[in-house]
Parts: sequence; structure tokens; C-alpha cells
Amino acid sequence: MGIPLAHKDIFCTRGLRTTCGSKMLSNFVSPYDATVVRRLQEAGTVSLGKLNMDEFAMGSSNETSYFGPVRNPWNLGCVPGGSSGGSAAAVAARLIPAATGTDTGGSIRQPAAFCGITGLKPTYGRVSRYGMIAFASSLDQGGPMARSAADCALLMDAMAGHDPLDSTSHPQGGGRFSAALGRSLQGLRVGVPAEFFGAGLDPEVAQTVETAIQWFAAQGAEIHPVHLPHNAHAVSTYYVLAPAEASSNLSRFDGVRYTHRSAAAKDLQELYLQSRYEGFGAEVRRRILVGTYVLSAGYYDAYYRKAQQVRALIREDFRRAFAEVDVIMGPTTPTPAFALGAKSADPVSMYLADIYTIAVNLAGIPALSLPCGFSKEGLPIGLQIMGDYFADELLLGVAAAYQRDTDWHRRAPAWEEQ
Amino acid sequence: MSMAWEVVIGLEVHVQLNTRSKIFCACSTAFGAEPNAHTCPVCLAMPGSLPVLNAAAVDKAIAFGLAIGAEINHRSIFARKNYFYPDLPKGYQISQYEIPIVGRGYLDVLLPNGEEKRVGITRAHLEEDAGKSLHDAYPGESGIDLNRAGTPLLEIVSEPDMRSAAEAVAYLKKLHALVRYLDISDGNMQEGSFRCDANVSLRRPGAPFGTRAEVKNLNSFRFLEKAISYEMLRQQDILESGGKVVQETRLFDANSGETRSMRSKEEANDYRYFPDPDLLPLQLDAERIEQVRKSLPELPDARKARFMAQYGLPAYDAAVLTAQRELADYYEAVATGQDAKLAANWIMGDLLGALNKAGLEIETCPVPARELQILLARIADQTVSGKIAKEIFEILFHEGGSVDAIIDARGLRQITDNTAIAAMIDEIIAKNPQQAAEYRSGKEKLFGFFIGQVMKVSQGKANPDLVNALLREKLQAPATE
Amino acid sequence: MEAEIVRRIAHLSRIALPESELAQVAGQLDSIFALVAQMQAVPTEGIEPMAHPLDLQQPLRADQLRSETPSREELLASAPRAEDGLFLVPKVIE
Repeated sequence: MGIPLAHKDIFCTRGLRTTCGSKMLSNFVSPYDATVVRRLQEAGTVSLGKLNMDEFAMGSSNETSYFGPVRNPWNLGCVPGGSSGGSAAAVAARLIPAATGTDTGGSIRQPAAFCGITGLKPTYGRVSRYGMIAFASSLDQGGPMARSAADCALLMDAMAGHDPLDSTSHPQGGGRFSAALGRSLQGLRVGVPAEFFGAGLDPEVAQTVETAIQWFAAQGAEIHPVHLPHNAHAVSTYYVLAPAEASSNLSRFDGVRYTHRSAAAKDLQELYLQSRYEGFGAEVRRRILVGTYVLSAGYYDAYYRKAQQVRALIREDFRRAFAEVDVIMGPTTPTPAFALGAKSADPVSMYLADIYTIAVNLAGIPALSLPCGFSKEGLPIGLQIMGDYFADELLLGVAAAYQRDTDWHRRAPAWEEQ
Repeated sequence: MSMAWEVVIGLEVHVQLNTRSKIFCACSTAFGAEPNAHTCPVCLAMPGSLPVLNAAAVDKAIAFGLAIGAEINHRSIFARKNYFYPDLPKGYQISQYEIPIVGRGYLDVLLPNGEEKRVGITRAHLEEDAGKSLHDAYPGESGIDLNRAGTPLLEIVSEPDMRSAAEAVAYLKKLHALVRYLDISDGNMQEGSFRCDANVSLRRPGAPFGTRAEVKNLNSFRFLEKAISYEMLRQQDILESGGKVVQETRLFDANSGETRSMRSKEEANDYRYFPDPDLLPLQLDAERIEQVRKSLPELPDARKARFMAQYGLPAYDAAVLTAQRELADYYEAVATGQDAKLAANWIMGDLLGALNKAGLEIETCPVPARELQILLARIADQTVSGKIAKEIFEILFHEGGSVDAIIDARGLRQITDNTAIAAMIDEIIAKNPQQAAEYRSGKEKLFGFFIGQVMKVSQGKANPDLVNALLREKLQAPATE
Repeated sequence: MEAEIVRRIAHLSRIALPESELAQVAGQLDSIFALVAQMQAVPTEGIEPMAHPLDLQQPLRADQLRSETPSREELLASAPRAEDGLFLVPKVIE
């Protein structure tokens, strides 16, 4: 292929620093390549380097990175979204044609929407997690971020596929994604959930997304109302499960083998306590504390087990919906990109930026965000298309059909003039 | 120990499974390599690395479950046990918590008094071993070697069914024999392949269980016995002076023979177990379990029964000989074509005695089974006497060589030539006329004197039966003056 | 959330949270748990907990050694302290 691209700094790259946006790993040189890195290299792509991100992928604005924030090329005063903010901004700014990202609660789709690019969160298990630094193992999924669905499909051809090094990799994960793009929209059953158009949704975003959905109707798609009654609980469920898994996944960053080690530590306990305090930023520390709490003795059933049950109900919502429709459409985010610093003082307001993307990760289904218009301030607005398990090809085909007829995805920011 | 107290013992045994590679990565499990030579991104818990389960570890766990008559759970779950320790690279141990692979089973144990006791096994689950901290080489620092990290372990948890140190030792020995039989572990206690923790408590007979102490680091049968005996006295002292036993972890000190509290472990542990999201449920179909069942070797109890039936051995002999797979194999090799009871006597007496004296195990026995078998054959075909055979055995054991070569080189072949023996006897009677006369006049005890003389002259090689018969004949004949 | 609980979970997490940050962190955790509490309203009796999106079973790996692995030098290259192939830490006291 010879396509140049760059990797989110969550993917291990042999011989190169892999920091995950953290002081903790600021001197970590990986002794091995992530499967995604290896597969893309074998497919002939050329990696130009590593891309900034929220620390350990925990954030929705790319402001939690130890290495400083990333700015949105459409407006340098705005965030690019997160956690794959560096990937989204670099593609949007036309620095690279494509990038890898990861999505645990919206970390591909939300920055794709904020930066006006196309990003796919694949079906859980289609892209290997081996060498992709874990945030929440049962939710994390790597995926492509590019200017168009067609480019995302090309990346998926190389990225996806069974990996014997990842027990959660699906044996039939691979596919010919780029061969599935030329589909008709005639008779496509599109579900529109009322829950995605309620209070909290910016009217401009609502109108832009509705216009896009009307375009599909005009191409012969059938529009059906669907219900996702448990979506309202997705964020609260996620903020039990993701921190719980993260609190354990991040225990290996202990100051012993490859991480930051506090110079102040005089004994082993201080080595742990100080290295982890110094090495992790405030948001990561917060999530570790939340996760430790919900797993601790006496709270497991009330939080962790309960959240797993609600998770099952959220999956059931989608199962019921996909019995009647082929795809579900709605906004990717409640608002366009917000200003740097606007939400960083209030973690919960930041968490709610992912209100439309999180349920997809809990269910493990695929979803894609593509640009479908701009706000009056000139900020991109994203349309989210969700599909049933293994509907990744369908999502890419539907998005490609839209992009054959529209040019939102071809618009580039004039960031150098700002 | 006052009769008023009853000891209650349960054992947790960690058995390293003898797979080639580690449980979740393809690193070698070989013992004794250079530090961290057998490590990779997975067992060093590098960022992004993930576990994949070793099929052989699963099959060995199934084999154990089948051997103790346990239910094999068709669906079991791997969980994370979270705690920080330098030899635990991920900050959690992958183990099984709520649903282990092996459910409830039992072991029938032969007690020293000859009785059999059934000890319940609560569960057995798969988990990964930790690495090692080395404390001596660096001042103020410890070295971390993660070669052992990720070695597969089967943790076998017994019911609190044992009521004496001897019962606990008998159970542990039986368990050790079983894992060797099954070839699921090398059972090497010095290298830590078979490690035991004991939960010990006292109670008044019939009363509810008392508070227990968990004693760690019992890496020999003798240490287990000593530690339990020490704990019994310690707890008795506490209880009889009106105190309360503290539930705690204690470490056995092999040098002092005492147990001491591990204060560092006393900090309230909260392991935050939860299902490992990097691993899926382990589902075992009936076919896989059946395949393992078919490949099971003959187990100790079945082999004991067969030894009694096939070789006509008494229960005690059969139990001793089948207690270790290697010993049973050795016995069968020796007994083939020979007098089975004689073979048992030789092995249980001479061989085990010599091994014990030399501090050796049957695995390191210097006498190959084939040579002992030939030795028994030479007794049977009268090439040598039983007495000479003992001498040959000593030579075999200490100097090596083959039975036939030793017989030839040292001229130990038994004299079975009637004429030659008769000539010896004639000469001896001629040299000892007074004793001959006394014998003939009724002092029959002197028969032994003459036997001794013949054996002395023949250097023990004269066939004892022939000597016996000819001597009796010649002494009873009238004196030929 | 009481300061004592925050102290306890910070220690369990091995994070040396300074006393001066306790109140602020406790406040943030309070608002997070207020968000989390919304989930408690969902009736879930009899619902099987969902641990994983995939309804697959654990794959098994053949018991074979790998053909190649990064060298020990490469594996230890990022270690804050290492000597003679060992990672070094302040003395472990048992």
C-alpha cells in the first residue's frame, strides 16, 4: 500500500517509546510490536510516528495527556476530543491520511466527530488487543481513523483478523472490508432512537444529524423509530465497569520493571505509593480509586455485579432493536467540540460528553462516526451509525454511500491560518 | 498434648504442573536458568501483553480431578487476585475463584496404624506462580527474577479432615504419589514444585472448629509434621492460659522448628477478585474430559489391588510398593519372571534400607531393576546362595557393575558339585573328631558348627541345601577310624 | 465520601494521596458516585451478569515453546534499576 500513517501512542512499537500519554511510561521503549502495528506494517503501510492521547485513554478532550493537550485544527481554542485526540487532529489537519485509534467509551468516534473525520469502532474481537495498552479489557477495541469510510475499510482489511495472542480475538474476525463498500441504500432499515435526541442535545447537532438521516430516507432507506431504554444508564454503568477493570489493568505500572520510579522512595512501600502518585495524572488516579472502591470487599455486588447486569440489559436493547433494523443512526456527541479547559474542572460533565457512544462499547457492537455538517461556528458535527455484531462492513458501506454523494469529509480546516 | 484437645488440619497444596511452557505464555518452565532468561512481554507484564491459556495445564488439571473422583466443571472462570508484590508483575495473580476447574473429590489415605481414612478435597484450581525475590546479593536491595512467574500451578485445597500430624503427612504423601503417578508434576519439593500450607486449629472434641493459623513454607513432609506439632503446643498453651488464637499467617522456620507470625501479611488484605476480562470462560466438553480419562495411567489404589491379585502380595507390601510410581515400576521390573514375594522382600528390605542409609530416592537408585532381577534369577537357578546374593547386592549398590560379571570376577559361583562338597566335609570331620563324636552322641547343636566350618572353607559358596544334606548323612554315618 | 475511606482505597491502590488533596478527591468521588448511583434504579433481578461482549469460549494454546523472544537486554532496557539480569527494588522484607 505504501500509505503513511501514525499510531496512537497506546500501541506498542518495538524500539520506539510507547508512553500512553503518561509520565508513568515516559521512558518506556517497547520490546515488541502490537499485533495491529505488525499487521499494518506487513500490509505495506509506513508508520510516521506516535500520536498524543489522553493519559491511558482516560479522557474525552485529550487534556489529560502528560505531554500536554492537543488542539482541534478547526478551532485551536477547542479540544479535538479524546482519547484518540492526536489521531483525529493529525488526520483532520491533513498531516497524515490515516491513523490508528482505540475506543473504550467513544475514544475513536467522539474525536472523529469533533475533528470532522471518519472513525470506526469495530465489533469487539475483530481487531487484536495484543500490544494495545489495556484500559478496560472488555470494552477496548482498536480501529481506524481516516478521511473517509473507504480509507477506514482499507485499514480494516489489514488491522482486523484473528490473533492467537489475544484470547478475546474472534476466530472469524477478519474480512474484506474494502470489497463491501458499493452497496445500495434501497430498503436499508434505519433505526432512530428517541433516547438519542432528548434533553442535552445541542439543537444544531440535532438538526444536522436529522438532515443526514433524511438524506438516507431520500435514497430509499426506511426510517423506523427504535427504543434503547437503558441507554440512559450507560454512562453510570460504564463508570463502574471501566474503572474497575482499569484499576487492575494499571496495577502493573508499579515502579519495578519499566515505569517511572520515584526518586524519593526509601523502601518498597514508598516505591509503590510515590511512583504511582507521581506517575499517574489526576484523572487516572481518580479512576483507579473508583475502580478499587467498587471491587473492594462488601461493594462488589452493589456496584460491579449490578453494573454487569445493567450491561446485559443494554445489550438486550440493541438485540431487540437489531431484530427490526439494519443500522441505528444518531448523533455521535451532544455538542460540537468544546473549548479547552471548559470541562476539565468537573469530571462528571466530561463523562457526559460520551453519553451517545458508551452503550456501543458495553454491548460490544460496531459503530462509526462520520462528518455530516458544521455548526455555525464552523465546527464539524458527526453522525453515528451503529450496527449489530459483525455489521462493520455494512456500516462502512452505508457511510461510503453517503460520502459518495456528500463532501463534508473532504472539507479541510485552514488551521495554518489561525 | 492433653487429651482434652483435638487438632483439626486442612492442607492447601500448590503443585507446579510439569508443562513445557508457562500457563499463559510460551516461555520455558525449566528450573535453574539465568535470572529472567525465561521471560517475555507476557510474563513480565509488559504494557499491552495478554494471556493465552496452555492446553496441557488444563488437561493435567482434568487428570487430577478424574483421579480424585471429582466433578470437572464444564465451565470455569479465571479471576484476578489483586495485590502488590515485586514478584507479582501484573499486580494481580490470575487464579480461579468462584468456579474452579475441579470440584469436590477425595483421597483414601493409608494411616501409619494400617487403617484407611478418606480425606475430602474441597476443590482444585489453576493459577499462575509468582517470581522470586533474591535478598542476599545486593546491599539494601532485592533482585527480582521472574523466570518462575507464570509457571502453572494447581492449588489443591483439602477439607479440614485430618486429626493428627501423622494423618496430614500421610495425606500429603499420598497426594505427592498421585501427582507423580499422573505425571502432572515432577513433585520436586526442594525446587518448590510441591509446596504445602497447613491450616491448624484446636478444639474440644465435638465442639465447633477453633480459630486457625495458616502455616506457610512447608516444603518437606518432615517440616509439615514438625510445624503441626509446634502449632499444637503453641495453641494449647494459649488456650489453656485463657487466651485466644489469632487467625493469621505464620511462617515455619526450619532451623528452629518453630512457626512465627508474618506481620507483613497481616495488613487487611482485600484482593478484589473479579473475572479476568482478558480471558473467556473455560468450557470443557465431555469429549475432552473423556480423552484425558482414556490417557490416565493406572492409579495407586488400582495398582495396589492388582499387586495383591497378580503377585499374591499382602496388603501392606502392596501399599508400600505402590506408594510411589517409580517404586512400583521398579518392583514390577524386578518381579517379572521371579518369585514375586521374594522380590518384594528384597526391595522393601535390602533396597529401601540401602537407599535410606545412603539418603537416595528410588529415582536415583544406583542398582538398575534389571540387575536386581538377574540377581534373583541367580538365586533361583542356584548360581549363588541367598547369603552371597546379599554380598553381590552390596557391591552392585556401592560399586556398580553387573551381577554376572561380579559373580565371575570374584568367583562367587555356588558350589553344587556333590563330590567337592563331600570332600570338604570329610576333611572337616577329620580335623574335628571330638566335635563329631559329641554330635554323634547326641549334642545336635554342633550341627551348626559344622555348617559354619563348611561355609568358611567354601567361602560361603557351597550350596547350603547340599551342605545340609551331605553333612547330615556323613555325621550320621559311623565314624571311619 | 469519608476521608478515611478515600485513604483506605488510596492505600489499596498504592497511590500516595497527600492529605492536602483528600478533601478535593473525596468531593470528586462523591460526584462520580452520584452519577453511578443512577444505575441502581434499574431493576435487575434474575439478570445474568454480562462479563464480556463475546459469547465465545477460552481458546487453548498448544504447550510449545516460542521460537523467538526479545533478548533479556531488550526486556530489561527500560528498567529503572537492573543488574545481572535482575530487576532491583528496595529490600523486600517478609
